[in-house]
Amino acid sequence: MKQFKLFWHKPGGVIGAVMLLVVLFAAIFAPWISPYDPYERVQVEADDILAPPDSEHLLGRDDAGKDVWSQLIHGARVSLLVGFTASFVSMFIGTTVGLIAGYFGGKLDNFLMRIVDFLLVIPDLPLALVIIAVWGRGLWKVILVISLLGWTYTARLVRSQTLSIKERQFILRARAIGANHRRIIINHVLPMVLPLIMAQAVLDISASILAEASLSFLGLGDPTLITWGNMLNFAFERAVSRQAWWFLLPPGFAILWVTLALILIGTSLEEIVNPRIKSHHLFNASRMVSLILPVPPSAEAVKEEP
Amino acid sequence: MQFDYLLRKVFFAVITLIVVIVFNFFLFRILPGDPVKLLFRNPRLTREAQELIRVQFGLDKPVWLNTERLSAGDIPGALDSQFTAYIHNLLQGELGVSFANRQKVGELLSERVWRTVLLVFSGELMAIVLGVMIGLVAAWRRGTKVDSAALFIGLLTWALPTFFLGIILLILARGILPTGGMVTPGLAEEGSLEYWVDVGRHLILPTLTLAVVSASGYMLIMRSSVVEVLSEAYILTAKAKGLSNTRILFSHALKNAMLPMVTIIALTLGYVVGGAIQVETVFSWPGIGRLIYDSVAKQDYPVLQGAFLLLAISVILANLTADVLYSMIDPRVKVT
Amino acid sequence: MLEVRDLSIDYLSNGEPLHAVENVSFKLERGRSLALVGESGCGKTTTMLSLLRLLPAEGRIVSGQILYDGVDLLQLSEREMRRYRWNGIAIVFQGAMNALNPVRKIGDQIAEAVQLHDRLDNREARQRVGELMEMVGIAPERARQYPHQFSGGMRQRAMIAMSLACNPDILIADEPTTALDVMIQAQILDLLQKLQSQLGLSIVLVTHDLGVVAELCDDVLVMYAGKVAEYGDVDTIFNNPAHPYTRRLLEAFPDVDSPTSTLASIPGYPPPLDKLPVGCRFEPRCYRKSELCAAVSPDVLEIKPRHFVACHHAED
Repeated sequence: MKQFKLFWHKPGGVIGAVMLLVVLFAAIFAPWISPYDPYERVQVEADDILAPPDSEHLLGRDDAGKDVWSQLIHGARVSLLVGFTASFVSMFIGTTVGLIAGYFGGKLDNFLMRIVDFLLVIPDLPLALVIIAVWGRGLWKVILVISLLGWTYTARLVRSQTLSIKERQFILRARAIGANHRRIIINHVLPMVLPLIMAQAVLDISASILAEASLSFLGLGDPTLITWGNMLNFAFERAVSRQAWWFLLPPGFAILWVTLALILIGTSLEEIVNPRIKSHHLFNASRMVSLILPVPPSAEAVKEEP
Repeated sequence: MQFDYLLRKVFFAVITLIVVIVFNFFLFRILPGDPVKLLFRNPRLTREAQELIRVQFGLDKPVWLNTERLSAGDIPGALDSQFTAYIHNLLQGELGVSFANRQKVGELLSERVWRTVLLVFSGELMAIVLGVMIGLVAAWRRGTKVDSAALFIGLLTWALPTFFLGIILLILARGILPTGGMVTPGLAEEGSLEYWVDVGRHLILPTLTLAVVSASGYMLIMRSSVVEVLSEAYILTAKAKGLSNTRILFSHALKNAMLPMVTIIALTLGYVVGGAIQVETVFSWPGIGRLIYDSVAKQDYPVLQGAFLLLAISVILANLTADVLYSMIDPRVKVT
Repeated sequence: MLEVRDLSIDYLSNGEPLHAVENVSFKLERGRSLALVGESGCGKTTTMLSLLRLLPAEGRIVSGQILYDGVDLLQLSEREMRRYRWNGIAIVFQGAMNALNPVRKIGDQIAEAVQLHDRLDNREARQRVGELMEMVGIAPERARQYPHQFSGGMRQRAMIAMSLACNPDILIADEPTTALDVMIQAQILDLLQKLQSQLGLSIVLVTHDLGVVAELCDDVLVMYAGKVAEYGDVDTIFNNPAHPYTRRLLEAFPDVDSPTSTLASIPGYPPPLDKLPVGCRFEPRCYRKSELCAAVSPDVLEIKPRHFVACHHAED
């Protein structure tokens, strides 16, 4: 844990943290800092539709005449909520699966990893699209679908880490004194895996936010909520031809802002957790390959253990 | 050894295909709302169309297994269910009829699939070339400004949602490049040279969007792969032999660094497909992706079901191809 | 033939220069072999790499000369240096590492060395590759195979074959027997000896294994914490070591003749490069130390003809 003090020495991480803080602030204090309540019905006149920015409306108005700036601020709430929740669920599933597979090995491991492989091969967005199209729209459905598709990478990562920890001295000692498996996993293996999980979790959040944005943009978000993806959906359908860039661009940049912040934080965390590796495992070819694909045996001797 | 490896891969691909097919069936029958039954009762359909659907999908039959007939000792009859009808139809390429325009789904898909293939192919090609080249340069000039710039742009585009990049390009290129569709209506005769040039012009922005997003990932990975390779002992050996830096890079480092790329490209195909859906939507490119977007809006379930199946199968097969390819180029797998 | 004078090498770490090697001097004569001996981290590998100017980016040769047939290699441009690499001086890395490119055929890699400097055509190159492989005892047909298809010992021999491609005068061998089992070690040593006499090679052997040194080498350079501790011919060093560190090293080495004597080891660790002491670097672990030792770092002195020691209390 003391290692995390190192985080503040990493410029990328610090910038990312500041950027994230801005968004968190907006999300938490949205009702107080936004000039209008975007959920309120408004009386509008024809001129107000897609009105450009002016002194009363910093980013102009949307196709229903509502203030864009307020929507932008409120959009942070849902995006962050989805990101954190979906990521939490998928990390939980992924860690559990990874721990079990790595620790117990054998047929159980094989079986679980086949499921992971299977989910990895199937394209995420089309699957999510199809499920929600059939099942229905709604915030929790979106969160559930995103997390059910996102846990596989964590599972692989945790499994690989568990495999290398499993053979270490203190685990063997714990077994020798008769500690049961559950205890060993929770008290010994998990703490060692945790730092790595945290670094991955941050990146997972960014992926979840992007996933929600894409789904909403394509028309499968929760229609009752204001999310950046939803804003882009409306904007794209109605603002492009009118060149109302004030409605079209800010939500996209907001998504970029948050995602970039999380990626900066995540890569800095990864560097701390694993200083030997000079780049994040997401961007590290042989690690990614050895994590995701079962490496053919003859090549395994040459690849390094992450 | 290579054969072993391939056999496992093929087996796995087949299993995945089967699971996807079964899953596809259940998705549209079991989930609440039972869209196919909905389809059946859709008031927009004519009586004949309804009959057609009823017979084709066997909507009067049990979903999974015909237990009535089974208990009567009629084994073959027990298989007389919606599921069997589904498989039967599938094997004949019969995917149902679109709600929206009453066209056969199979026809609809085969009409449009080549457009998506064209887009994805061009996009991936550009992405690979860009990603590999920039990644190589960035790794070679590691720590310099060139590297930092590449990393920065790479991270930026990695964080950018595909559809938003498309929107930005759309706005920027307004007036310069066509911003929607595949051809300008009425401009040229289909199949003529002008036609294809027109297609080409319309292809530029969507391809660029797809390519940039993919390229950033490839670039980052290629860079790290090359950096890793350059720290290996055999590179030092090559240098000790007196080889020039360029020789070392291209004769020794490149091939080693590119091997994982093949796998990575295969892995990210799923994302590319997702990207294609977004890009086709933004640029109104009339491929499978756009079809999915429209079908979602119109709740055209047969089309959705068919398109998903097509995409999933394509990605599974593409992955398998990549695995086969990899086994042919990595000597550690090829010969033991 | 090869003379190193006052070589000093720094490593840059977080902007701070670490003095990895300081004032190392030695000579290598034609047909003789020299051992560079010391614990891990003593600077022997760094010294060895500097002979071919193969230091990593963080490494800086701060001062000194490396004279090869009168030419100071450190004054050459990178391009000129490339011509000397492999041609005059070749190097064999540890076979256990990935020192051979795993995705290229062994034969191709050897041929590359051959063709680079000698401009042979393909047929001639292949012939030469076959010759080289036979010289080290590998069947020439195996040139078509890949490194992972070779055993550890064979890979080592393949690298030796590759190193001889351009008929070098000097062969640097970096821990050639580490990570190999004893039987294979013996084979490799025999091979090196054979090659030395057959081809008139001068060998620089970097190792921490004194048994290998005794078998193969004519001269020994003992390094400690980046500096020369003792330097002389192998008989003198083994039978009349003057430096306490050398003595301890020899004592730590198991003696077949007296199997019951306890295995000595040297307690303590070498100083970290960022906290080098002002005085003698071995002083904290030395049994002959005095106040002088902690205060003043001993210079390398020639206590007898061709026997150099850096110690205030050098024994005869």
